[in-house]
Amino acid sequence: MQPVAGPVPGDAALSGVRVAYATGDAALIDVTLGFAPGEQVAVIGPSGAGKTTLLATLACAMQPAAGSVRVLGVDPWKLPAAALHALRGRLFLAPQLPPLPPRQRVVHAVLAGRLPQWSVWQALRSLIYPRDADIAHDALARFRLEDKLFMRCDKLSGGERQRVALARLIVSNAELLLLDEPVSSLDPALAHHALEVLQDEASKRGATLVVSLHAVDLALARFSRLIGVRAGRVVFDLPRAQVTDEHLADLYGAELNASLQGLPDEPVAVPKLSRCT
Amino acid sequence: MKLAWGALAGFAAALAFLAICVVSLSGDWASFFSGTAAEKMGEFIVGFAHPATDPAFLQKLGYATLETLAISWLGTLIATVGGLVMALPAAGRWGRVARGLSRLLLNVLRAIPELVWAVMAVIAAGLGPFAGTLALAIHTTGVLGRLFADALENVAPEPHASLRRHGTGAVAAFWYATFPQVVPQLMSYTMYRWEINVRAAAILGVVGAGGLGQMLHFHLSLFQTSEAASVLIAMIVLVSLVDALSNYFRKRMTA
Amino acid sequence: MHVAASDARGMAPELRDPAWHGRVTIAIVFLVLLLPAGYLTEFNPATLWGETSLRALKQFVGSFYPPAASPDFLRLVLEAAWKTVAIATVGTAIAIAIALPAALAATRILSISRIATGRMALLPAVVRTGIRWVLIFLRSMPEIVWAMIFVRAVGLGDTAGVMAIGITYGGMLGKVYLEILESAEHQSATVLLQNGAGRLQAFWYAALPVSLPELTSYTIYRWECAIRASVVMGFVGAGGLGQQMELSMKMLAGGEVLTMLLVFVALVWVADLISAFLRRVLA
Repeated sequence: MQPVAGPVPGDAALSGVRVAYATGDAALIDVTLGFAPGEQVAVIGPSGAGKTTLLATLACAMQPAAGSVRVLGVDPWKLPAAALHALRGRLFLAPQLPPLPPRQRVVHAVLAGRLPQWSVWQALRSLIYPRDADIAHDALARFRLEDKLFMRCDKLSGGERQRVALARLIVSNAELLLLDEPVSSLDPALAHHALEVLQDEASKRGATLVVSLHAVDLALARFSRLIGVRAGRVVFDLPRAQVTDEHLADLYGAELNASLQGLPDEPVAVPKLSRCT
Repeated sequence: MKLAWGALAGFAAALAFLAICVVSLSGDWASFFSGTAAEKMGEFIVGFAHPATDPAFLQKLGYATLETLAISWLGTLIATVGGLVMALPAAGRWGRVARGLSRLLLNVLRAIPELVWAVMAVIAAGLGPFAGTLALAIHTTGVLGRLFADALENVAPEPHASLRRHGTGAVAAFWYATFPQVVPQLMSYTMYRWEINVRAAAILGVVGAGGLGQMLHFHLSLFQTSEAASVLIAMIVLVSLVDALSNYFRKRMTA
Repeated sequence: MHVAASDARGMAPELRDPAWHGRVTIAIVFLVLLLPAGYLTEFNPATLWGETSLRALKQFVGSFYPPAASPDFLRLVLEAAWKTVAIATVGTAIAIAIALPAALAATRILSISRIATGRMALLPAVVRTGIRWVLIFLRSMPEIVWAMIFVRAVGLGDTAGVMAIGITYGGMLGKVYLEILESAEHQSATVLLQNGAGRLQAFWYAALPVSLPELTSYTIYRWECAIRASVVMGFVGAGGLGQQMELSMKMLAGGEVLTMLLVFVALVWVADLISAFLRRVLA
């Protein structure tokens, strides 16, 4: 495997990455970033800046049109399909809207995080009687949801669903944790608590944590390194101490103007239960 | 006004078509309203007013009712499994070619009525309820397979994609993300089909495939109208019972 | 940090799956029901591989190809197919003739006594309920059962099929017509009645126009069903394609059966297309 030339050697790196939507519009333009093992980073920026695409690219869910990606020491797009799939078992991308089947019970939704480690038979047997229910219980307990263990996902509120998806991340043993707006449906106190749990877990297993956040105050309060993204480009990549109000005004100025012109804002409301019967 | 003229023209066309149809039927309308026919219908009505109730007959009737219920139940069960198996390729999970071929097979199974399948099943399995069960299972596999495949194709892809992104195998991802989403539809389709199948099971006996239909055919052929009346009552009771049960289960399982 | 008492793996009460007992019960009931069902249906796949049945089936299926295509036979089949369409059409017409007056008489929205008091008078209420019961009776038996009765009473032939469709579908159409009429907007009918219009006037000028597209669309759908049904009814002697099919099957003439199955599928397909087209025009 050829090593990819990245400016910062580390657990994950993007170098000169350009990602295009199916329409041909660029979602990321010339992005070069490095993440050291065990580092915890927040990505901030206005709606549509490319935060989600950035995370998806790191999760090997989107292949860049140009530039190179390096994840956990290898270039994923040069791996054979089986090895790429094995690599994905060591990553975890939590989308903003928790992708939980409405009628699935919470215990199975959480334990789905362990599926890469289970054999097919173990997975099917667990559907008949949940194995490792204690692990799911403990993961839920860290988000104060242990009493929802055997409830159906569609009986939960939006915030509870979001935390169930985070509990799934806890039971997985991924080494690179990528979270897209993980606390968008939580009130401020719960959001702080949930981020604390995630950061504890990441540092305990030495995993790298990259979180995109809509709330700048949360990012400033909890992360030592912040990356500002706007219009598909990295605007700044600085330690917290060096991030000034000017930086932030610069980053969000365009959005303030845009929202004045009546453009839709990023949905921070309760995630929609699509196809919920 | 344009619309009214169009509607009028459509109505006239329909009437003309109806007239052609009436003319082309062999006009034994006279015999239908003739004295003998009326007399015979009268006999039937008198017979139907006195359903047979002797214990030996009722015992046979009870057995045939249970047999009909069993045919409909087992036929639907086999078809559910068969439909699920066929739905996977028909939902395009194993490529376009497999999708086209399995859809074609499902269409053939579905297009041929249960009664025609029953005649063939009687040739293969001999007279009796087993033939009826096979016929229902074959036809219903075609119906349910198509419905299940459509349900699978319309499922939200994100839960499945998200599990696959974490390195989950395809089989496990299907059972953890796709299947739970289609369960309510599978249940209500299956229950709905059971209601239809109990009606079908009740008449398949006409071609010798067991159940109440066989009894009805037998007694009607001998003009034993009171026995036939009892069979008809048993049919109606069974059908309403299954409707009620199915409604109850559907409400519980899709709530 | 709150940590659960999970030292006894899987044994802590909060870790026990509360749905487990229900699932086990359902599984047991299912299995227990499976046995008598298997017994009652004489379920035995081995018979399919029996020497005699396998030979009979092979012979029958083997004779499917080539499909019979002699001009005489084709003319016979096409005639039978046309008969099937005619039976379905005339049957549906009779069903409409039963259902429309019944729906007109039984619908609550054309009640005059309801207007002043909000409640129907006793006699009309009884009449309306009575008509609903008759409709239920008409559709309580499958059309093929009616066909068998009529075949016995008036002999083999198309008329039995027509009457069977007319009666069963009359009951079904009546029920659905009632539902459509009563779920539609009926303010205009009420206004007409309040202004002293007669029941028929209110029906023609208010209730019918509002629901006409939906009524027609459902009737066309039922016509399509009637075509399938009239093929099946042929098996008990009620004319059309089914009757020919039954004859050929009895003689194990596979080639003829295949031709007729193909014609049947084509017929249903064409009816489906016509019905879909007409309903799209109406929508």
